[in-house]
Amino acid sequence: MRRLAGSILVALLLASGARTQADTIVIGSKNFTESAVLAELMAQMLESHTDLTVERRINLGGTMICWRALREGEIQIYADYTGTGWAIILKEPGKITDPLRAFFYVRQQYLDKYQIHWLEPFGLNNTYALAMREARAEELGIRRISDLRAHQGEIRAGFSIEFGNREDGYPGLSKAYGLRLNVVTLEHGLAYQAIQSGAIDLMDAYSTDGKLLRYRLRVLEDDRRFFPPYNAAPLVRGDTLKAHPEIGRVLGRLAFRVPDYKAQALNYVVETEGESVAAVARAFLEIEKLVDGEQQRAAAARTALAKVLANRPKPGSTKSSRPGFFELLATRSGKLLGLLLEHLGLTLVSVLLAALFAVPLGILITKRDRLRQIALGAAGVMQTIPSLALLAFMIPLLGLGVKAAIAALFLYAILPILRNTYTGITEVDADLVDAARGMGMRPGQILTRVQLPLAMRTIMAGIRTSTVISIGVATLAAFIGAGGLGQPIVEGLYLNDTNLILTGAVPAALLAIVADAGLGRLEIVLQPRTLSAPAE
Amino acid sequence: MIEFQNVAKTFPDPRGGEIYAVRDLSLVVRDGETHCLIGTSGCGKTTTLRMVNRLVEPTSGSIRLAGDDITSVDVYGLRRRVGYVIQTGGLFPHMTVAKNVGIMCELEGWTAADVEQRVHDLLQLVNLPADEFATRYPGELSGGQRQRIGVARALALDPDYVLMDEPFGALDPITRAQIHEEFQQLRDEVHKTVLLVTHDLAEAFKLADRISIMDQGRVTQTGTEAQLTSEPANQFVADFLAGHLAAEGA
Repeated sequence: MRRLAGSILVALLLASGARTQADTIVIGSKNFTESAVLAELMAQMLESHTDLTVERRINLGGTMICWRALREGEIQIYADYTGTGWAIILKEPGKITDPLRAFFYVRQQYLDKYQIHWLEPFGLNNTYALAMREARAEELGIRRISDLRAHQGEIRAGFSIEFGNREDGYPGLSKAYGLRLNVVTLEHGLAYQAIQSGAIDLMDAYSTDGKLLRYRLRVLEDDRRFFPPYNAAPLVRGDTLKAHPEIGRVLGRLAFRVPDYKAQALNYVVETEGESVAAVARAFLEIEKLVDGEQQRAAAARTALAKVLANRPKPGSTKSSRPGFFELLATRSGKLLGLLLEHLGLTLVSVLLAALFAVPLGILITKRDRLRQIALGAAGVMQTIPSLALLAFMIPLLGLGVKAAIAALFLYAILPILRNTYTGITEVDADLVDAARGMGMRPGQILTRVQLPLAMRTIMAGIRTSTVISIGVATLAAFIGAGGLGQPIVEGLYLNDTNLILTGAVPAALLAIVADAGLGRLEIVLQPRTLSAPAE
Repeated sequence: MIEFQNVAKTFPDPRGGEIYAVRDLSLVVRDGETHCLIGTSGCGKTTTLRMVNRLVEPTSGSIRLAGDDITSVDVYGLRRRVGYVIQTGGLFPHMTVAKNVGIMCELEGWTAADVEQRVHDLLQLVNLPADEFATRYPGELSGGQRQRIGVARALALDPDYVLMDEPFGALDPITRAQIHEEFQQLRDEVHKTVLLVTHDLAEAFKLADRISIMDQGRVTQTGTEAQLTSEPANQFVADFLAGHLAAEGA
C-alpha cells in the first residue's frame, strides 16, 4: 500500500516538473514566406490539439541561424528541406536525386549525430524548376523538361545569372537532358514580367513560388530527376519529442497535406493578397479540416485561398494525370529499347545454349533407345513446371539475376529443339539412309550430308518454337531481377498502371511475332533446295 | 567373283526361336556376268544381295569378293568397291543430279575438276547429257531418268561389282523395256560383275547371263535360261517357270 502511494507521488512530481519546465514550445522559421507559413501551421496545430503553449520566432534569418538555435535549444521546432540538410548541414559532397532516399538518409544522420528528428514531410518540394506560361506550354505540348528538346529552336529561355552558370543549374541540366536552348540571362525579379510579356518562353523558378500561380505558369516535370529534392518537413529536438510525444502525433497530421500547388497558393495569398501569415495558416487548416470551427479573423484569407485553390490550372484537367500508353512509349523509348535489347539478349543466349545442347542430344537419342526415353521424359517434365516456379528454383543455385534467368529459359527451350531434332532425323526416308550406307558413306557423312540437311527444316521449327516460348517466359525474368521487357510489366503491376504494363507487354508480343516470322523465313531459306531455279 | 559358302542369316522370331531368311546358301557369281536372283517375295533374295556389301551381316558361312573374305576388309572400302542400286533409286532429294552422282568421288577427296569430268562421263553413259541434267534435282526427273541416275551414281567409283535390288521394278512397262535395252548396251561398255535381284522372270531372261532361282532361303537351281527351261531341277522350278511364262503370255 505504501509502495503504491509512493509510486503515484513520484509520477505526479515528474509530470508536474516536466510541465513547468517545458510546456512552452518555441517554433522558429527562416526569413521567407514559405518557412514562416510552415512554422505557423505547426504552431496552430499544436495550439489546437495539445495543451502546449507555443511561442513563435519567425524570420530568424537563414538556415545556419535556425539550425544553431535548434541545436542550442533556443527553439525546439522549425521546418527545413531535405536538400538543405544534405548539402548545408551534413555537407554531403555528392548529388542525390531520389527524394525518398534523401529523406531517409538525412533523417537517420540527424538522429545519429544530433538527436534531432525529421517528422513526416509536408509534401512540398521546393526545388529549382523550369516554368512556362500555361498557354504557351499547352500550345507547344510541353509538360516535361524533356519535351523541350522537340522545340529547342523556337524557345527563348531567360535564366537568372546564378541558375545560368551553376553546375547544378542550366549547364548540368543541358547535359542531363541533351538540351541546347537560346538563353539570355536576366535578373530573377524581372523574369516574371519578361515571361508574362512573351519576351521569354522559359524561366527558372522555385517550384513552390506563389508567383507561379499569379502569372499562371506551368512547372515542367523534372522527368529525369536532375534537380535535387528539397522536401520540407518539421525538425524537432529529440528531448522535446521525448517529453511531449503528442507533438509527433499532431504534426504528423500535416504529413503530405501541403503539396507544391497548395504551397504555391499559401505563398501567393500571403505575398500578393496581403493577408497575414497567421490568418492564411488558419484558413488553410480550416479548409483542410485539420482544425474545428471557423474563425472570423481568417474569413478573408479563407475566401482568397479557396479561390486560388479552385482556380488552379490543373495539368490533369485536359489529360489523365497518368501518362497514356503512347506518351509512355514516346518518353521511355530509349529505356524501352534498352530493355528490348536486354530481352532479346536473354532469349538469344538461352535458345542458343539450348540448341547447342539439344541438337547433339537429339541426334544421339536416334541411336540410344534408353537415353531417348530419359531425355525426352526429363525435358517434358521440365516443360510442365510453371515458369515462375522454375525461375524460383534457380535462385538458390545461381542467385538473383541474369544467370538464373538464362538457366531457366535454357531448360524451357530444350524440349522443342530436342523433340524436333529427333523427329526430323528419324523421319528422313529410310531408303535414303540405306542408299547412303550402301554407297559407303561413314555414319558422320550420312549425318552431315543426308540426315541433317533433310531434317533442317524440322529442327529449325523446333528452334523457332523455343524462341517464341522464351520471349514469353523471359518477361517473367524481371521478377528475379534479370531485366528485360518484364520490368515495366512488373512495375506496372505494382503501380496498378495498365499503360505501363502495356509498354512491356506490347513490345514483347511484337518481338515474339517478329521472331516467329523471321525464323519462319529462315526455316525456308535454310531448307535445302529440291528444285532447280526456274529458267530465265 | 562373288562366292557364297554355306551362308545363313537368321532373325529372332518375336514368338520365340529364329526365322531363317537365308539358309545354307552356296553360290558363285562369275566375273563379268550378270547374275539374277529370282524368287517369290520372302525367299531371301534381297537379304542375300545385302549381305555382299554388309548391309546385312551373315549369321554363319562366308562370302568372298575377288578372293577376299568380306569381313576381313574395311566395310566402307568394301562398299565403295561395290556399286549399289535400289528400287526407289535412293537419290538424295536435296542434291542436284551432279551432286548425287559425284558425292562419293567428292568424299574420296577427288578434285572438283575430276569430279565434274567423272559426272559428265557417267551422265553421258546413261544417256542423260550433263548440260541438260547436271543441275536438276531428282524431284524434277521421271522415274526412268531417276533410275538411270541411280545406275550412274553406282558406277561413280568405277566398281568391279554392282548390286542391283529390283532396279527397274517401279517403272512402267514401256520405260522398263527401253531401259533394259540401255542396260544391255551399258553392260557391253563397262564390263561389270552384276548381281541383280528381281521377281520378274522375263527381265531375268532378258538381262541375265545366269539365273539363280531361290525358295525359302535356298538356291534351288542356277543356270542359263536354256538350262532352266530345258532341265528344271525340281517341281518347284518347273512350276515357277510355268507360272511366270503363263502370266507373261496372258
